[in-house]
Amino acid sequence: MRKKLAILLALLLLVGTLAGCSGKKNTNNNLPDNENGQTAPNDSEPVVLNVHVGPNPDTIDPALNSAVDGATLIIHAFEGLYTLDKNGVPIPGQAEKVDISEDGLTYTFTLREGLTWSDGTPLTAEDFVYAWNRAIDPDTGADYAYMFESIKGYDEGKLDVTAVDERTLVVNLVAKTPYFLELTAFPTFSPVRKDIIEEHGEAWALAPETYIGNGPYKLVEWVPSSHMLYEKNERYWNYEALGPDQIKFVLMSDANSVLGAFKTGQILFADDLPTEEIDSWRDSDEFYIEGQLGTYYVSFNTQKAPFDNKLVREAFSLAIDRNYIVENIGKAGQQPAGAFVSIGISDVDPTKEFREVGGDYIDVSKEAYEQNLARAKELMKEAGYENGEGFPVVEYLYNPESDGHRLIAEALQQMWAQLGVEVKLASQEWSTFLNTRKNGDYQIARNGWLADYNDPISFLDMWITGSGNNDAQWSNAEYDKLIAEVKNSSDPVERFEKMHRAEDILFEEAVLAPIYYYVDLYLMSNKLQNAYSSPLGYKYFMYAQIAN
Amino acid sequence: MLKYFVKRAVLAVITIWIVATLTFFLMFLVPGGPFLAEKAPSPATLAALEAKYGLDQPLHIQYKNYMLRLLQGDLGTSLKQRGREVNDIIFTRLPVSAKVGGMAIVVAVVFGVFFGSIAALNRGKWLDNLIVFLSTCGIAIPSFVVSTLLLYFFGVKLEILPTFGLNTTSSYIMPVFALAFYPMSYISRLMRSCMLDVLGQDYMRTARAKGLSQMKALFKHALRNAILPVVTYLGPLLAYALTGSFIVETIFTIPGLGDSFISSITGRDYPLIMGTTIFLAFLIVTMNLLVDIVYKVIDPRINLR
Repeated sequence: MRKKLAILLALLLLVGTLAGCSGKKNTNNNLPDNENGQTAPNDSEPVVLNVHVGPNPDTIDPALNSAVDGATLIIHAFEGLYTLDKNGVPIPGQAEKVDISEDGLTYTFTLREGLTWSDGTPLTAEDFVYAWNRAIDPDTGADYAYMFESIKGYDEGKLDVTAVDERTLVVNLVAKTPYFLELTAFPTFSPVRKDIIEEHGEAWALAPETYIGNGPYKLVEWVPSSHMLYEKNERYWNYEALGPDQIKFVLMSDANSVLGAFKTGQILFADDLPTEEIDSWRDSDEFYIEGQLGTYYVSFNTQKAPFDNKLVREAFSLAIDRNYIVENIGKAGQQPAGAFVSIGISDVDPTKEFREVGGDYIDVSKEAYEQNLARAKELMKEAGYENGEGFPVVEYLYNPESDGHRLIAEALQQMWAQLGVEVKLASQEWSTFLNTRKNGDYQIARNGWLADYNDPISFLDMWITGSGNNDAQWSNAEYDKLIAEVKNSSDPVERFEKMHRAEDILFEEAVLAPIYYYVDLYLMSNKLQNAYSSPLGYKYFMYAQIAN
Repeated sequence: MLKYFVKRAVLAVITIWIVATLTFFLMFLVPGGPFLAEKAPSPATLAALEAKYGLDQPLHIQYKNYMLRLLQGDLGTSLKQRGREVNDIIFTRLPVSAKVGGMAIVVAVVFGVFFGSIAALNRGKWLDNLIVFLSTCGIAIPSFVVSTLLLYFFGVKLEILPTFGLNTTSSYIMPVFALAFYPMSYISRLMRSCMLDVLGQDYMRTARAKGLSQMKALFKHALRNAILPVVTYLGPLLAYALTGSFIVETIFTIPGLGDSFISSITGRDYPLIMGTTIFLAFLIVTMNLLVDIVYKVIDPRINLR
């Protein structure tokens, strides 16, 4: 008896756990496992495109998301008044047309006829009014609430946006906003369903049953940390033009696993590549480098000695060999940065870039480095620290999640040593790092900024006094005034002049040391056609075709 | 026996309460917060969010509220995966981890005990040396190396196994092996040394002397005595294996619970940190209790008091 019991219990302990847990079966049985990233189209089976854009998203609520991969997932299920085409140019989405008043302050959008949500409910202008006001409500807690500040009523918490009738939406702006149509293509500007959100709260964006959108595709399955399956939305106005029947976003988080899946053809798109693999992929025609609107830079704490001295800041900035960092650490075609507003941002004449017109503040050509370094040494002398004498040991802070940050920190340490100064390196885990940097408890720190839209103000607004992203703790009355004027200016020429002037001040004061302009790397199979990436890094698969 | 149970249950509750309390206060000592991001939210947004989730209240009030909710089985809502219940995260992901982890444990125990015994019976011979060599490798090589090598050879080079997900039976092979390799090696070493110990005991000689066959003596006397330390090791192992491995689940894209333990901490997702920690503590306490009972059954000389 006892023996039997022993066996029974031992079995219970070992195997019993299994039996209880194997009840839940995996539901995606129509998905490919070992095939070529798509299911072969025959009579009954749908064409499925398997792609990777990122790991499991925290949220796919258009108001709450602030991640690039989250945005890709949202733009497949939702569509704003406008959307972006292959070249990043806004084209009509849910709106059929827009009338802009002569002063550029009033936008009257006319929605397409017969628009519905994916569940068949009619979509009206009122849905936009609700969504936009929800996004700016502090209770919603949207990171991107400030994207609406160009609309009147933002400060009062009630946007001046009116649904005149079911198909007409009138928007009044504070000042002429040349990039406003582009904003309406931004995921945060998507309409959302009032009835659903009021009933389900934040959980509405978690389940396919309540995640009702108006975009080209609809979410049909989400297994967190596994995959999200989207299906063509047969109610979408441009249904006929859509690509694959289904898109499966595989939610992988390990870069090597992503690469493995891409190499074996299990996915046709990989939005991640281990840094050490870049060299071996560089010559492949499936390897893509796109410019990204962003800048990797170094923050100085301008309120604390010795970096309260702008001569020291400028010397530290000039001593950086940006080409070395880009070629030996970044390795992915990043551009050495001689200014803060990144390349790819348009100037007042949209055929010219802001960077072309403004030029560089630091000569980043290879030949100029020796000269820059000499100038840096002079500046240190001027500041009273000839050959680094009397200069305290300072600390450079970075976060260790990416090897690149550490390698850059070590390179900077060497470069600054040429000024005769000793720089210690300190790393802090991401969340702690953010906290320390935000509170200004640092001397020099790694930093980076990605723009939200194609306008220089997206880079310049953050340096005003007291801004949450002004990690340098810098304050300059003239700068604040310029930015306020830019935001209220209706004259585009004057607006851009002032933005150039504002950037001049940033560098006259050497508030930061730019290192390089970001790039977006991805692998895309030759079989995949008509998929594209926007300058903000969002990926568009809705019109993709899979070649055999 | 019943008295013993009651005593253990009370101790378990106290243990879990201490773990919960310590975790609660320690996690708030760590700098950073759930709503920090590269792009800082506005002060108004931050304040509204903190008020919404009760993070603006004094710590002792938050603690009291949390404990009251915990008593009702409510672990709260994730602060990062907005709108998702912690209960929901744990109980949809646990089955996935438990299935893979459970398989790994069966593999580890069956093969570990088997190889350990074989090694002991062949002490000093080539088979013993081979098993000792392999099990030393198993203990020394971290799981991310094992996983990456498996993925590279079987997934990418040979293309005989799928590299991600759990869509087919074959997709279980690599993650199960990656998870089982370490405990299997550990168990085989443990088993080998215990078996050697037991084989040298007088009662084994007696068993053989009274005419029992080698096999019968092994199964009836040796294995039963030698396996006790393995059972002890099994308690905590079960708790960890069932809740998943961050590394193996990340590499093979398995939607298990493993990454919640890590991501909750790096993201300062307080309710999820509490939920996963309390749940793990509960499992460990339960498994240890279960192990004690199995102990008693295997070896009647042990007295449960």
